[in-house]
Amino acid sequence: MLSYILRRLLSLVPTLLIIITVAFFMMRLAPGGPFDQERALPPAIEQNVLAAYGLDKPLWEQYLNYVGGLLQGDFGPSFAVRDFSVAELLAAGFPASLQIGGFAILLAILIGVSLGTVAALRQNSRVDYLVMASAMTGIAIPNFVMAPLLTLIFGVQLSWLPVAGWGDGAFQYKILPIVALALPQVAYIARLTRGSMVEVLGANFVRTARAKGLREKLVVMRHALKGAMLPVVSYLGPATAAVITGSVVIETIFDIPGIGRYFVNGALNRDYTLVMGVMIFYAVIIMVLNLIVDVLYGLLDPKVRH
Amino acid sequence: MIRLFRIVLPLACALLAFGATAQAQEDVLRVANVGEPKTLDPHFVSGTWENRIVGDLFMGLLTEAPDASPVAGMADSWEISEDGLTYTFTLGDHVWSDGTPVTAEDFVYSMRRILNPELAAEYASLLYVIEGAEAVNTGQAEPGALGVTALDDKTLQIKLVGPAPYFLEQLTHYTAFPVPPHVVEEHGNDWIKAENIVSNGPYVLNEWVPNAQVVLDKNPQFYDADNVAIEQVIFYPQEDRSAVQKRFQAGEIDIAKDFDSGQIDWLKENLPEQTKIAPYLGIYYYVFNTNREPFSDPRVRQALSMAIYREALTDKVLKTGEIPAYSFVPPGSGNYASGPAYVDWKDLPYAQKLERAKALLAEAGYGPDNPLELELSYNTSENHKRIAIAIQSMWKALGVETNLFNREVKVHYDKLKENDFDVARAAWIADYNDAQNFLYLLETRSGPQNYGRYDNARFNELMETAATTADLGARSELMSEAEAIAMNDQPVAPIYYYVSKNLVSDDVAGWVPNTKDIQRTRWLSLNR
Repeated sequence: MLSYILRRLLSLVPTLLIIITVAFFMMRLAPGGPFDQERALPPAIEQNVLAAYGLDKPLWEQYLNYVGGLLQGDFGPSFAVRDFSVAELLAAGFPASLQIGGFAILLAILIGVSLGTVAALRQNSRVDYLVMASAMTGIAIPNFVMAPLLTLIFGVQLSWLPVAGWGDGAFQYKILPIVALALPQVAYIARLTRGSMVEVLGANFVRTARAKGLREKLVVMRHALKGAMLPVVSYLGPATAAVITGSVVIETIFDIPGIGRYFVNGALNRDYTLVMGVMIFYAVIIMVLNLIVDVLYGLLDPKVRH
Repeated sequence: MIRLFRIVLPLACALLAFGATAQAQEDVLRVANVGEPKTLDPHFVSGTWENRIVGDLFMGLLTEAPDASPVAGMADSWEISEDGLTYTFTLGDHVWSDGTPVTAEDFVYSMRRILNPELAAEYASLLYVIEGAEAVNTGQAEPGALGVTALDDKTLQIKLVGPAPYFLEQLTHYTAFPVPPHVVEEHGNDWIKAENIVSNGPYVLNEWVPNAQVVLDKNPQFYDADNVAIEQVIFYPQEDRSAVQKRFQAGEIDIAKDFDSGQIDWLKENLPEQTKIAPYLGIYYYVFNTNREPFSDPRVRQALSMAIYREALTDKVLKTGEIPAYSFVPPGSGNYASGPAYVDWKDLPYAQKLERAKALLAEAGYGPDNPLELELSYNTSENHKRIAIAIQSMWKALGVETNLFNREVKVHYDKLKENDFDVARAAWIADYNDAQNFLYLLETRSGPQNYGRYDNARFNELMETAATTADLGARSELMSEAEAIAMNDQPVAPIYYYVSKNLVSDDVAGWVPNTKDIQRTRWLSLNR
């Protein structure tokens, strides 16, 4: 197992290098640059600015400089934010995204798996239909509709929670964004759990467990649930990566100082270094989470051995 | 969904029990600043949202009064030479927030810093009115060639290349703010970090959490600190206008620096007292590429401009009090007593404008048999799109086929700079209140800033003469004459003059609407 993990970790390096190279050159193909703006710069000043950021050098040289910097742990300066480097922006923003996303995914697993299991156990009953109908609604209503709705109800109308903001990072500021981020995930996980649970409940090993006279609770909790979790676990890998790296919609609506908006805003601003930094960060997180999923698979499914 | 609410509700109730929503504090002003600053270093600032913070931290030789007119700042008094070229300032006894005195030498250092080509300050060209500034900034002269001299600790002399009646006002601008030499030299680019920064304005930096908030505290060392009522000001960067409006409604912010135009009917109905709309020194216009057929023909440009039903755009499309524009310089611009030169067809009824436009287009060789087809480019924004679609249909009445091109902002301005477009949306917000700040955009020497590459020898000559004319009345006449030429040529079709849109809570006192939309925190107070 350990050598498997090590091998997988080593394989990250060439993958990352390919991602960095492709991303670097693709981004430069996009028209427009970081300093094109409403107010055109006089040519002499534009020259000064390009020189200050090394953008006047040939592209291959810029690429080598960038990769060279990365090797020394330097993600470079941001073009859009002058007072913080890319590394500082990521370090300041990731904890906020991680907290919101982490809580959201935990909440989603907890509620989603419970709801899905209940629905599967009472297949084709009213409870089942209710859960599945809510799940469909949860998937169908996009975040940018749900989030303003939540703020309108709990922030403006009832004044129970802050509408938006981060304040001093107190928990009440995080409740609405966590809920808004978790809702579609709850729905998705509930559907996945129900589907695979229904399948597993009809499987031979469950029939055997029942035939041995095990109590229904034990059959479900110990045997069926473990098997039913496989599709959920493989979904959770990429889902967790997406959620903890921040959602641009949720962060914009709730004004959360996370990193979710950097990817979109960075691309729009042609903030080359910020986009690269975020991309590398995402790539590493996704690859690590996929590795964790594969390891978990080995633990959950006796058929998979590394 | 019902089950989910059952989970959310008890959670919310539990929090309610220990007073969840942050209570508005008595002397803390909360501003929705609608933009994350790029920097707080005044020499790199370029946005109005940054100016709001930086202008609370730093102060130039002159500063803004409550209505944003220029008044004494670090300088107590000044003298202007007969020819309008030499300014001599006498500084008051002011100190930086660490107690170090503010000296004339600090201003010399700061001006040399922003004009240093290696620093690559994007906005340095605003100071080119100072003798030697352009040569220093383009690397053709040593910093010593700059016409800014400290005669002694408290006396500063600035020499200009031409009489610029707007110069005093320009000194309130952030490009003319001093930076503390002793701190900049010690910490380099990190001088602006919260742990190092030293400032000379009414406030000091407490913290800046990226994308969360910038917090400023009152500066006890500020000379007028006794009259500064607000102890702390928090700037939130949130850009989502509808979320900002909800926060305002919930009492989480006191001033919102913008709101969504689409909400205007609701706001006028529900928050009429708090919704503040005021004229703003800015022009929204379409620029014609005069290097490209058939837009090189003034008749085509005039026809297209005439056919724009501006009143319909402001009253039916925008509805936020914008004023239809028939001149390039907004009315009320400074040092422009002779006023904007309007197009001569300004007051014709729209039906007649349309008739005249058709006739002009026919003269230029376009008609039902030979319809004009053009590309109209604009950068991504709901309002730009709505206006472009409306104008597309107005031009259709002329028999013109308009293809709309929406591009993201960086690409749009790249194309404008490169002069690669037919007709494009553009805008200009004044840096300082002077007609020249609009008209220079149409001068040939403005290069890439003159997007349509309008090139009229007489216009250039008048503007160059105006730049060397000290007499305000004569200078204004020259600029009016130049604008009249441009309005006749229509290298640009002015569409509307901007307005500023603010939401201001009843708790805020001392807030004065003005054409620059600058209300410094030191003049405000809270009645909670």
